Parts: sequence; structure tokens; C-alpha cells
Amino acid sequence: MGRHVRWSLYVFMAPVLLWLLLLIVIPHIDLLVMSLKSENDYGDLVWSLDNYRTFFEEKIYWLTFVRTAIYAILTTVLTFLITFPVAFYITKVVKVKYSGFLTILLLVPFWVSEMVRIYGWMILLRESGVFNHFLLWLGIIDQPIEMLYNDVSMVMGLVYTTMLFMVVPLISSLEGLDDGLIEAAYDLGASKWVIFTRIVIPYIMPGIVSGSIVVFMLTLGNYLTPNLMGGKNSLWFTEQIYNQFIASFNWNQGAAFGFLLLLLSSLIIWVGLKISGQDLKRALT
Amino acid sequence: MSHDLEVIDLVRDFGSFRAVDHVGFEVEKGSFFSILGPSGCGKTTLLRMIAGFLEPTSGDILIRGRSVLGVPPNQRPVNLIFQHLSLFPMMDVKENIAFGLKRRKMPQPEIDRRVESILERVGLPGYGGKKVQQLSGGQKQRIAIARALVLEPSILLLDEPLGALDLKLREQMKIELKKLQQEVGTTFVYITHDQSEALVMSDQVAVMNRGHFEQIDTPKNLYKHPKTAFVAGFIGENNAFDARVISTDPLRVRLGNGLEFATRSRGELAANADCRLFLRPESIVIEPPPEMTMNRFNLKVKNVLFDGANTKLLGNLELDDGSLAEEIQVALPQDHRFDYIQPGDTVPVGVVEEACLCFPQEGGGG
Repeated sequence: MGRHVRWSLYVFMAPVLLWLLLLIVIPHIDLLVMSLKSENDYGDLVWSLDNYRTFFEEKIYWLTFVRTAIYAILTTVLTFLITFPVAFYITKVVKVKYSGFLTILLLVPFWVSEMVRIYGWMILLRESGVFNHFLLWLGIIDQPIEMLYNDVSMVMGLVYTTMLFMVVPLISSLEGLDDGLIEAAYDLGASKWVIFTRIVIPYIMPGIVSGSIVVFMLTLGNYLTPNLMGGKNSLWFTEQIYNQFIASFNWNQGAAFGFLLLLLSSLIIWVGLKISGQDLKRALT
Repeated sequence: MSHDLEVIDLVRDFGSFRAVDHVGFEVEKGSFFSILGPSGCGKTTLLRMIAGFLEPTSGDILIRGRSVLGVPPNQRPVNLIFQHLSLFPMMDVKENIAFGLKRRKMPQPEIDRRVESILERVGLPGYGGKKVQQLSGGQKQRIAIARALVLEPSILLLDEPLGALDLKLREQMKIELKKLQQEVGTTFVYITHDQSEALVMSDQVAVMNRGHFEQIDTPKNLYKHPKTAFVAGFIGENNAFDARVISTDPLRVRLGNGLEFATRSRGELAANADCRLFLRPESIVIEPPPEMTMNRFNLKVKNVLFDGANTKLLGNLELDDGSLAEEIQVALPQDHRFDYIQPGDTVPVGVVEEACLCFPQEGGGG
């Protein structure tokens, strides 16, 4: 009997384990090995930490990383500020029968690929785009303005592409918040601000944390949106990795950058959890 | 006597549905006032208007003589104990109780002192550091009450707070709540659909039905002198029968199968009017002494409904020709005198005129 159960467990686990091993573990080990090797003076590949040293010695690389991290944090905060009122409205304000419909309305844009959605924004914002036409027609401006390829539109694009990953955990944790708690606090003399900061926010903190982690990681590792909406000046760290692999054909350097991205972003999340006093396990369950 | 709460001709409509229909009452300072009614009778709506979560369509609410219309819940001198208690799960017991005091910007040492003293008062000293999830149902109950009482409200409103507890605990909490109310002397307004809760704890009970009050009285009077058929049927157990008036002086009514009763009545009853007759199971005497003047019948016992001190006989009254008429429940006295009665037996029963109560049929039939 015990043997039987164990066999079926292996059978069902096999695809997952194979997937993890072949597509994630082995390539990462390969990348790790690659990142720890570099050419010596004779052009031979030898073990070294040179690739990692480059990151810290060349200002451009770590400054790009810092810039990327700051913008990713900013994007996470903005995404929360924009999606919280939406999630609150859907779960607590609107009638229950409409909340499902409104949630679907939120999801619909995400059935379209990120690329298409970003091109949509570009059609709206570019110099010969819809907004410029409209403003010219209204007479507010007399020359078209370039609205693309700056940090503001890039962050806006990033917020737009990651919104869903914040709004879903927020909605599900707000749904668990009993209206009675809000009313009880109100009855005990709390103002709306106190209810928000002392009752609602602490209650949905696990949802905020899990949403923030996903949004932060997706933004940090995003390549498409910074590249298309931020243009040449976007200086996103993923572009540095891309450049090493594709432009410079220096796979060893690229692999090292990839690992640094993984380590540093994990570090930022760890620090974030420590500061907010949250627990990763609680946030993900 | 001063009134802590006065409700004047209060009306609340939801669309075309009138949930609260011209309700008016006063609650004396320091008393325990219950609003008793079946679910959907509008009692929660009434309570939420007093707490400030709903505004009335018309009418007025005075708390200690001052109108509170337009005053939001966080500024009313009343506190509400919610049906599901709504303790804050992210705070410990002490933070829960201190929540309201902190909102009043009270200095921390004073808050600590008051929290400790209220915990003692509800019988849970030293529980301040516990998590809400660690408490039992009854303890949660007491913490919820402590959280409201610590604010020293003029009135404490309670929205069926015992509803979620199991039977044993409910019985126990009923007595504790009453004791606590007497100790602290705060005016309690308690709503429930459980008549035993209302009768045991209250000084005054208002029976509510379809948005209006049927009767406001002491528990004893509600039981002994119900003013409407609804109250007679709702408070305590009752055998209820449709009947028709056959003579008005003295009042006699006849049931569908021909049995006749001498009865007292409430409300005007014309000859031939349809009416409703109520007989309490405990007012029916088994094997009555022959010298008493009363309505006498034979009871064919179908079943003995054993329920400890509340054991009853279930049977049918017999017509003169021996055929069976209305089904009726008769309480068994607790002295085991009638323990020999078995299903199938026929026993003589009787009920005095004063114990029968007849009401005009609702809807003005007849």
C-alpha cells in the first residue's frame, strides 16, 4: 500500500520536477558557472570573480541598477496607491452583484499581450499620436510634443502593465475583511483616517506584501516596457544584461549581471519585509 | 425618572418597503430594555438607527434629552456590540479595549489603568496580552462588551450578541450579562429573536412585529397579559386555535370541531366573529378536582414529549361521541404524579375561564 502511494506520487510529481530541473535548475547552474569564469590574458577561460568586480567598479553598471531599483520601488508604491481605491471600491462600496463584473472589466485588458498594450500607449503618446492631435485641435498647443521616451511615461507604462498583479491580491484580502470591523471601529469613535490606517491596512497587509513583491520583481525584470516607452535613455538594468549577451557577446559578464539582479532584488525584498515587519510565508499563503 | 433614550415616531423606508413603522418608546436610565421579534421584523434596522449607521426617514431619536439625528456613529454617546462581536484580529485584547480610549487622546497610563479595571469587571483580569484568536466564545463576548463599556457610553446597544454561542454557553452568558448590567448600571438596549433571553434579562421588553411594536411591558406582563394575538403566540408556548364567538355575555367560543370554551378576551368580539383562542400548556389541569368550575374535556394521549422539567403530553381533545378533535399540548406537573400516563390513555383535563384568552382574528375577519 505504502509503496503504491509513493509510486503515484512520483508519477504525478515527475513533470513538475523535470520542468524545474531541466528549465530552471540546470540553466541556472550553467549561468552561475559561466558568471564565475572570464578570459585571462591568453584568452583562456579561467575561474575568476572579475565579472562581479566589474559591476562594482564600473559606475555605469551599479548606478543603472540603483536607478532601476528605485524606479521599481516607485512603480510598486504608485501601483498600490492607484489600485487600492479601485479594489476598495469593488469590494466594499459597490453592490455585491456588480463587483464580479467590475473585476472582470479589470482583467480584460490583460488578455492582450503586454507588447500590444504598450504599442497601444505608444500610438496614443507619440509625436504624431492621438493625444497630440487632440491637443492641437483644441488649440492648447501649437506644436506637437514628444510624450514618449521619458521617465514619466516609462513609469506610467510599468504601473499599467503590473496593475493586475497588485489589484487581485488586494481584492481577495479586502473581501476577507468583515464590514463589521470597519463599523465597530467607527462606532468606537474612530475617524475614517484611523479606520484606514489602524484597521484596513493592517488587515490587508499580507495582500499588500504579496502584491508588492510580484509587482516589484516583474518591474525590475521587465525589458519590454522600459525599452519601448523609455527609449534609449531608459537605462534599465535588464538592458545591460541584454547588451552583454547580444551586443558585446560577453556571456560571462551577462551571466554575472543576471545573478546580481537575482541576489540584489532578493536582498531588497528581504529588507522591505524586515522594515514592514511582515513574514514572507504569511504573505504568500 | 429620567430617560436615557427616547425614540419618537420613528420611520425607516427601504424603497417601498417600510422596515420600521412609527415606533416610539422610552428607556429609563440604568434599565435593561429588550426588543424582541422574529427575524426580519425591523429590529436590527431600529438598532442601527440608534447607533447612527442609518438615518431615519422621519421621527427623532433623543439620547439623554438631546437629538442625535445627523450625528455620525463615532460621535454618538452609544456603543454597539455587534452580532459577530467584530473584535479586531490584528490587535491583542488590551489594544482592542484601548482602541476607543486612544481615539479620545487619553494619556497612556490612564488608558492602561482603565483597561485593567474593565478587564477585572468582566471577570478576565490579566487577559490583556492574549490574542483574540486564543479566546473562547464566551471570553470574546466579554471582551467585546468590555471594549464598549470602557468608553462609558450612555447606552450600550447589543445586536443578538449571544446568537453565535452554543446553547449551554448562551444560558450561562444570559445570567452573566444581566449581572454585569446591574453592576455597571449602564442602560442596555438588547435586541434578540430569542424570547428566553429577553424575558430572563430585561426590565422591559418591546415585542416587535412587521416594523411596529405590538406591546411594551415587563416580561411578566407580556407573559400573563398579552395585548395582541401575536404577542400571545410569540411569548411562551401556547396552543392556538381558530374559533368563532357563539355568545358574548358570558363569552363562549366554539372550535371548528364543536368544542366550546368559556374564555376571557382582549379586544372587541362581536357575536359570530372569528377569533383566535390561546391556551397555555401549563394552565391546563390534568384530572381536575370535580368541584372546580372550568372547561372540561377528555384528552386522548398520543405521545409523551419527554424534556426533563419541560415534559409535555401531546394528545387530542375528545368530542362527546369519542371522536378526536384538536391537537393540544399539556404540561406535566413536575411532582411525578402523572408518570403513569402512557400513549393511548384517555385522561380528563380542564382549563379555567381566566386561563383562556381570545383575540379578534387579525385582518378583521368575521
